[in-house]
Amino acid sequence: MIDWGAIFGNAAVELISPTTAAYALAALGLAIHFGFTGLLNFGQAGFMLLGAYGYAIPALKLGWPWWACLLSALLASVVFALILGIPTLRLRADYLAIVTIAAAEVLRLVFTTNEFQPVTGSANGLSEFQAGLLEFNPFPPGRYGFGPWVFDNRVWFFLVLAWVVVALAALLTWLLMRSPWGRVIKGIREDEDAVRSLGKNVYSYKMQSLILGGLFGTLAGIIFVMPRAVVPSYFQPTLTFMVYAILLLGGAATILGPIVGSMVFWVLLSFFSGFISRAVEAGWFPFMTQVQAGQLRFILVGIAIMLIVIFMPQGLLGNRKELAFVK
Amino acid sequence: MAEDGSTASESEEYEYHFRGNVQYNGEPLEGVGISLEGNGFEAETETDADGRWEIGVPEKGTYEVTLDEDTLPEGVVVAEGGATREAEFGLTKNASVNFFLGEGTRVTVSFFDQFAQRLFNGINFGLLLALAAIGLSLIFGTTGLSNFAHAELITFGALMVLTFGSNLGWPLWAAIGIALLLSAALGWGLDAAIWKPLRRKGVGVIQLMIVSIGLSLALRYTYQFFYGGSTSQLPGATLPSDIRIGPIALSWVDLLSMGVSIVVLLAVAFFLLRTRIGKATRAVSDNASLASASGIDVDGVIRIVWVLGALLAGLSGILWAYFRPGVSWDMGFQILLLVFAAVTLGGLGTAFGALVGSLIVGVFVELSTLWLPSDMKYVGALVILILVLLFRPQGILGRRERIG
Repeated sequence: MIDWGAIFGNAAVELISPTTAAYALAALGLAIHFGFTGLLNFGQAGFMLLGAYGYAIPALKLGWPWWACLLSALLASVVFALILGIPTLRLRADYLAIVTIAAAEVLRLVFTTNEFQPVTGSANGLSEFQAGLLEFNPFPPGRYGFGPWVFDNRVWFFLVLAWVVVALAALLTWLLMRSPWGRVIKGIREDEDAVRSLGKNVYSYKMQSLILGGLFGTLAGIIFVMPRAVVPSYFQPTLTFMVYAILLLGGAATILGPIVGSMVFWVLLSFFSGFISRAVEAGWFPFMTQVQAGQLRFILVGIAIMLIVIFMPQGLLGNRKELAFVK
Repeated sequence: MAEDGSTASESEEYEYHFRGNVQYNGEPLEGVGISLEGNGFEAETETDADGRWEIGVPEKGTYEVTLDEDTLPEGVVVAEGGATREAEFGLTKNASVNFFLGEGTRVTVSFFDQFAQRLFNGINFGLLLALAAIGLSLIFGTTGLSNFAHAELITFGALMVLTFGSNLGWPLWAAIGIALLLSAALGWGLDAAIWKPLRRKGVGVIQLMIVSIGLSLALRYTYQFFYGGSTSQLPGATLPSDIRIGPIALSWVDLLSMGVSIVVLLAVAFFLLRTRIGKATRAVSDNASLASASGIDVDGVIRIVWVLGALLAGLSGILWAYFRPGVSWDMGFQILLLVFAAVTLGGLGTAFGALVGSLIVGVFVELSTLWLPSDMKYVGALVILILVLLFRPQGILGRRERIG
């Protein structure tokens, strides 16, 4: 018999889990890059990696307080954005795509190699770097909550922190996009030459957008690894593709799209994996093993990306008139 | 979230295992010392009478496995890749680590000899990259699509040889033949089922690129669904490197692979430069509307480009399976970025640029292992890509106007 309660319960947990918040924030960063500016950043996993390691390494190896770790992560992200942006932002969009995905892979390989094992922990990664932040945990120890949402105090702390950051980032994006700066950014997406002819420094605006969206990605990386350990294999190109799937699902040029997209994505994915996994257990699909059931979700994500882009390019919340795809 | 707690010392009690089989010229070697280190874990074992060894490890991760060359018989050494190598798990709980033994004495190879060997490997690798890169470049040139699913076309060729050659036991030539045929059919099918309707619909190139990413993800995990996460070998993939040309040791598979690449690349060059369809392809690549107005059947040309691109990618995948060696579900994705780097280096959309770029990337990747640790060998090629874009954004053979 299938335990439907557990399937729905697990899916409901994903609605507000810190991971959902992290993906939402990373997707919001991509919304700035891709949705509003038209930059094809395929290295969001690289920005997230820098957040995770930029926070964890000073915390563990140098014993810095949490705010210094946060600053070091953000600084690393700005430097990375500059290195990426300087050679590629003058070029056509697909060059940026290839260079960003390559740069993110370079980072992942550098953090995976055994050469720097003492600092990066190589493939095994780093853990227990949260101590500095957990000192500020206002939640009393224990497990509490209601309905399916019962967590321990540590998870509650990360959860609240994560969604506060997401809310602030969304507010900042909303304010920015209705400011003159946002209008220039959207103008660049629509017609770069027209904006240039108005005397705007397109290159500089693109760079600012790349840095801002990258910072969101970096914060997302920190939020993502808070409840777990930092392992380089999280930050494969597939991570970026998942974030793109969320962004496109929610609506590329929207503020709430990435957040709604992330919730819908994770709830559906959890529901689907839970269902398939239990159905296999119950012998409903005799041709499938448990491992294969786990792979089915990625196949589904791939197909979903294709279908959304073809049939619903504006996403759930987007406006059909404001298609974020430059021809 | 490393799950520890079990402090068992017996190899059988660990969930994850490295395995290997030490043989020399088909004879198992007994009593060869194997040691393993990594992630704060160390273990040692010796091969049994069948030359087999197994070491259990507490968790998934990357480990360094070392074969103690002092325990090998006189005159036998580890031929390729060194006596110490990185090993990691795929999605399964077992991973095999194989050392390729060869004849020789334990003298350190001189820098020049190593250089020559790496250069040869690099050219071989570059040529097989070029097969994939030319297809990618032609598709980009004619349709504007940066096809991320090209990786899966590469994997497809190798998987089909595995299916027909190993699983169904067909003779190798027939397996390769049918694999190439199916690759070409896949290219035709993808164009007919997905890309042509999308072109008709007037979908933008960025959208097409994201569709190709979705397709790549779906296909890759479909492969894993059916073939599992392990690495298998094609027939003849682990032949000893017993042909020596000066300082270079190679097997006849290496020679054949190189010969095939060169002949096929020459044939593609002939096709593009001398035949009517090839000229039409270059015309569409230059300016599709103008080509169409001159009476060229643009859709027909694109269909041919897809078939040709998929065929070349499939062939490249087969050669890559022999070069690595091994066939796995994500083998194409592992070199996709190198192929993109090659195409971008040479100049997006120029077929011959892709060839030059591939050779540079291939040689660079192999030569960099002289200085860089082998788990970072792809880093150098990707850094070169970023540097070239900084100074010559149109690529080596690209024309300035293309960068827009």
